[in-house]
Amino acid sequence: MTTRILCAGFGGQGALLIGKLMVNAGMLEGKHVTWLPSYGPEMRGGTANVMCVISDKPVGSPIFDRMDVLVALNQPSLDKFALQTKENGLILSNASLCGDPARVDGSVKVVAVPLTEIAEEVGNVKAANMVALGALIELTGCVNRQTVEEDLRKMLEKKNPALLEQNLTAMERGAKFARQA
Amino acid sequence: MKIVAKRTAGLTDARLHYCPGCLHGVAHRIIGEAMEELSIIDRTIGIAPVGCAVFAYNFFSCDMIQVPHGRAPAVATGIRRARPDCVVFTYQGDGDLAAIGTAETVHAANRNENISVFFINNAVYGMTGGQMAPTTLANMKATTAPYGRDVEDTGGPMRVCELLASLEKPYFITRVSLLSPKDILKAKKAVKRALAGNMEKKGFHFVEMISTCPTNWGMEPLKARQWARESMIPVFPLGVFKDREAEEKEAAS
Amino acid sequence: MTEKILMKGNEAVAEAAIRAGCRHYFAYPITPQSELIEYMAKKMPKVGGTFLQAESEVAAINMVLGAAACGVRTMTSSSSPGISLKQEGISYIAASRLPAVIVNVQRGGPGLGNIAPMQCDYFQATRGGGHGDYYTPVLSPSTVQEFADMAPLAFEIAERYRTPVLILADGMLGQMMEPVVFPESYPPQRDPSDWALGCHKDRKENHIINTLFIDPNLLDSKTRILFEVYEEIKKNEVRFETYNLESRPKILVASTGTAARVVKSAIDALKEQGVEMGLFRPITLWPFPYDALHQAAAGVDKVITVELNMGQMEQDVRLALNGLCPTEFVGKAGGLVFTPEELADILRKKAS
Repeated sequence: MTTRILCAGFGGQGALLIGKLMVNAGMLEGKHVTWLPSYGPEMRGGTANVMCVISDKPVGSPIFDRMDVLVALNQPSLDKFALQTKENGLILSNASLCGDPARVDGSVKVVAVPLTEIAEEVGNVKAANMVALGALIELTGCVNRQTVEEDLRKMLEKKNPALLEQNLTAMERGAKFARQA
Repeated sequence: MKIVAKRTAGLTDARLHYCPGCLHGVAHRIIGEAMEELSIIDRTIGIAPVGCAVFAYNFFSCDMIQVPHGRAPAVATGIRRARPDCVVFTYQGDGDLAAIGTAETVHAANRNENISVFFINNAVYGMTGGQMAPTTLANMKATTAPYGRDVEDTGGPMRVCELLASLEKPYFITRVSLLSPKDILKAKKAVKRALAGNMEKKGFHFVEMISTCPTNWGMEPLKARQWARESMIPVFPLGVFKDREAEEKEAAS
Repeated sequence: MTEKILMKGNEAVAEAAIRAGCRHYFAYPITPQSELIEYMAKKMPKVGGTFLQAESEVAAINMVLGAAACGVRTMTSSSSPGISLKQEGISYIAASRLPAVIVNVQRGGPGLGNIAPMQCDYFQATRGGGHGDYYTPVLSPSTVQEFADMAPLAFEIAERYRTPVLILADGMLGQMMEPVVFPESYPPQRDPSDWALGCHKDRKENHIINTLFIDPNLLDSKTRILFEVYEEIKKNEVRFETYNLESRPKILVASTGTAARVVKSAIDALKEQGVEMGLFRPITLWPFPYDALHQAAAGVDKVITVELNMGQMEQDVRLALNGLCPTEFVGKAGGLVFTPEELADILRKKAS
């Protein structure tokens, strides 16, 4: 199985990090992965996006026309990429900042998560991307949440335990919202 | 039999290829003698430029490399980083150092690279046949300034010592001349100080030597020296332009 | 096996170079290779190495010339416009018979172009690049792992033949992250003490490195020595990969680097549609695997070259085939990259 995920948002919203944590978990679980960011001037203040592939087979092209999953953290990303989502695909959008996507295929599942509100409830508005990550893992199942949590623990446990707890809670809240959606 | 004069061990036995009356031979000799007197021939790496001194790799009796036009200070930077215990010098003319290699010269000085730069200024491109140099004097004729250098059009003679001395970091910057025996003795002192400074890892040492080019100037050697004294020295005054050792001593007292 | 790490290509090749013993790195910032110079800036001081941000690309390659002349493992990196500026120095390094590694993370061109991935420096890389009669071995990675593995390989080839070696990557490989495994051990450095500056086993004579030979007969003989070395390189260092040739396809696709990745995906997609195609991927672009490609193309109807440019490697493909079968070219300029779906469509149409 091969899952192609595009994560997009304003620079600073952490779309690239969602992708990085996903593919890193995929790698730790023995899968083949690629992570290809947009780079250069478009990163400065504009919209940043990253193409991720998680697969059982070696990954040929890291770029793709159409993805299985779109994670859109802002309206411009949703407008730009929604139509590239494959049939029976998934769009995870940020209900706090986005309306409904325009004219997507009826088979595409759209899950709008109030990422910013949930992150505020957790106590860190910057953790909205972690809320999205929790929901993304819950909805796709292409990596285990435990793997991501262990990875985060390794990164933050010593450096910033408070942030680690906020992130883990944010992921849990995102997953919970996705389960009920 | 008593030996009253001999070749320096700092130079090889190769016959110099320079024109009659050229002062490159004198500059070579004082660098060779300085290396010998400091006992550093075996740990010195010299860099030959593109220009009349391109064959310098045949003349100095230390390890030598011949490098692209103007890039000697960059190559010297690579060498001295790879061989921090060696003494590294470049030997460059005015076209090499002050035209095509200006950036390399300025930035090596600004980094205070632990190298000696020996700069031979004779106000003209020698090897290519007498074209205008950045140091060519106002109204002086050159093959590419056949009506004399028009400073309104091509800029004035560049004073490299003064330019480099405006930087904070370079350790020692001086201008000497090769125009008389007395001048040559002073020049040798400056050369020796530069190489000794590199042995002590003090940083960037720059010795500009006012020289002549009888062939391209179209003058007899002695006339060329006289002309240089009268015309070049007023534009390129001799002296020490930066001496951090002296500055530090003064600050300490 | 050591641990898998997720890394950008730019960082992976830098890390691999350091692990391989490179302690002297000189470069100038340019997108899309800036992660490489930044990685070196961070890591070199920690391993006691030299990191120096040069005042220009020209200065950087000449610093490499100086360090290489001393026989240490030294490297620079840049992207297309910067590599153009380095060509003078590369010519001198080649003529001086010095080992050095140069990484080109290619971007769009000509001119300032853009920062998107392209393969438009193929001619420059494989035909010497600077002035004079010389070549440099060119390695073309296709994955981040391969990019990293090419750093020690490049040093090994550079030292074995005393030549500059170019790693020709592109912006996509530089920017993307993939899992990388670093080997436990790296090729030891060759002893340079019989030729390097300031480095003598026994000082019988001075070491002189020079590229000036006024006498045409002397320059002729020096050039011939250089080309004898090139013959050795051609004999020993040709590298390539094939894919799906076991299906005995009628169409062979020739492609390298990033473009070859997309070709592989397109070949997989076409297989599912019942169309078989093979891939021939040169890994060394100079020396180009002429004989191997000729053999791989025996019995095919057509060879299609796919490149991220307007057709450069295509010329080497035609030289390799030497009229064996018809050829076609598929390319994109501007830094546009084929998607597998798009390329599969194009290739299918060309096949029918």
